Amino acid sequence: MTPVAGLLDFRRLDLLAAGDSALHRLDPRAKVIVTLVFIVCTMSFDRYAVASLIPFFVFPIAVITAARLPIAFLLHKVALVLPVALLIGLPNPWFDREVMLQLGALQISGGWISLLSIMLRSLLAAAAAIALVAVTGFPAICGALERMGMPRPLAVQLLFLYRYMTVLGEEAVRMTVAREQRGGGRPLSIRLYGALVGRLLLRTWDRAERIYLAMCARGFTGDFRGGPPSRLGRLEIAYVAGWCGLLLLLRTQDVTQWLGAAALGVLR
Amino acid sequence: MSHHLVEARGLSHVYDDGTVALQDVSFRITHGESVAVIGANGAGKSTLLMHLNGHLRPTSGEVRIGETPLTKHTLPAIRRTVGLVFQDPDDQLFMPTVYDDVAFGPRNQGLPEAEVDRRVHEALERVGFWHLRARPPYRLSGGEKKRAAIAGVLAMAPDILVMDEPTSGLDPYARRQLIGLLGEFRHTRIFTSHDLDMVLDLCPRTIVLLEGAVMADGPTRDIFADDALLSRCRLERPLALQACPVCGTKHD
Repeated sequence: MTPVAGLLDFRRLDLLAAGDSALHRLDPRAKVIVTLVFIVCTMSFDRYAVASLIPFFVFPIAVITAARLPIAFLLHKVALVLPVALLIGLPNPWFDREVMLQLGALQISGGWISLLSIMLRSLLAAAAAIALVAVTGFPAICGALERMGMPRPLAVQLLFLYRYMTVLGEEAVRMTVAREQRGGGRPLSIRLYGALVGRLLLRTWDRAERIYLAMCARGFTGDFRGGPPSRLGRLEIAYVAGWCGLLLLLRTQDVTQWLGAAALGVLR
Repeated sequence: MSHHLVEARGLSHVYDDGTVALQDVSFRITHGESVAVIGANGAGKSTLLMHLNGHLRPTSGEVRIGETPLTKHTLPAIRRTVGLVFQDPDDQLFMPTVYDDVAFGPRNQGLPEAEVDRRVHEALERVGFWHLRARPPYRLSGGEKKRAAIAGVLAMAPDILVMDEPTSGLDPYARRQLIGLLGEFRHTRIFTSHDLDMVLDLCPRTIVLLEGAVMADGPTRDIFADDALLSRCRLERPLALQACPVCGTKHD
């Protein structure tokens, strides 16, 4: 599979979202709220936070386990954000050279620590977001956002973005195959690359238009109605309250230190 | 009043780049008729279909469905009446599962979920597909995709079915199955096709287009017997009406 196709391989996520577990059945709004709270909590730590971020992995791991999602596939998707995070954080060790940690002769500067922190946060956010899509499905997430007050045109835009990403991916795969077929193993020149990308855009555009026509032909008027309507029941309230409680605890209390102290206490 | 009428009156369409796609096309298709629109590539078949569902506006002339002219205000009602099945089912199937895709139309009609479920069930049973409802559409074969796309349109309970090249890209068995299915429908049906044998099987009436104009409109058998007309329109007799390649004898 080409990198583009790998990146855009969202169909498998759609399939996972069609699964059936207690988590899948929860109202999408509950899952969206918890994920948002999770992301806000992890993002609001100060720039050198590393140890206090670790306990937050409990959330994506719990979701993935409870919903019986294939962990290797999700890890692969999550890992796709790492290069981007690395790119963002890479200048830090140059600009921030103040030594913060001394391990024997090894001096670790603040820049390296904040780089690690950025990577951890990116992993956490990506893991939570991908787990959310895998247990909810993108259309249902858009529906939930709309029901929680996001303007409808924005929700529909999001949905189209998602749908057309797969269209773009498929067109890209076809073009790559066609090029490799007659490319004789030669590398892609800049000129050819430009022509291919331009062509890809036009083809995707055409295809997107046909899909839109097909949607209109079946009564699409800008309202997106996915799935049977769900409601926020007791289960949802318990889910939101439970997770928000735990996440706020992790955010406000130094749980890592407690755990460390407890472990030391046991050892003594 | 019948909803099942389709009428074009002096319909013309000129694309923005100046291409004349339809010139003064007029016809009237009545309740329960099954009509083929045939013609060479670029004859204007697809442009014509796009007018029947309001995707294109006529440059002049009008389209009437039932007794209602197609206008901006009548468009939603007309799209409920006219079910359009696209040539490439991949353009039409975009939801994660077959079930959700077939439910897309009824849900857009704002039907209660119990009714949506009934419609989806009925449409999928109709194309022999209920057992595949949980499949993602992209995992289906070409013939299965076509059926899923048809189910998606049937679920909207249209009075008129319009299909662009229904048998294109299907293997002989899937094609035969699909022709059998389409033959069972009692809707008013309009097909475009290059599969003239299918036309012979399904459509008692044929409209021939050439460069956007109607060259002939009449009983399919008569049109396929007119070799001069067929060759002028870059068509030929269906294989079933040609001499047997082995012994040289003709049917009929």
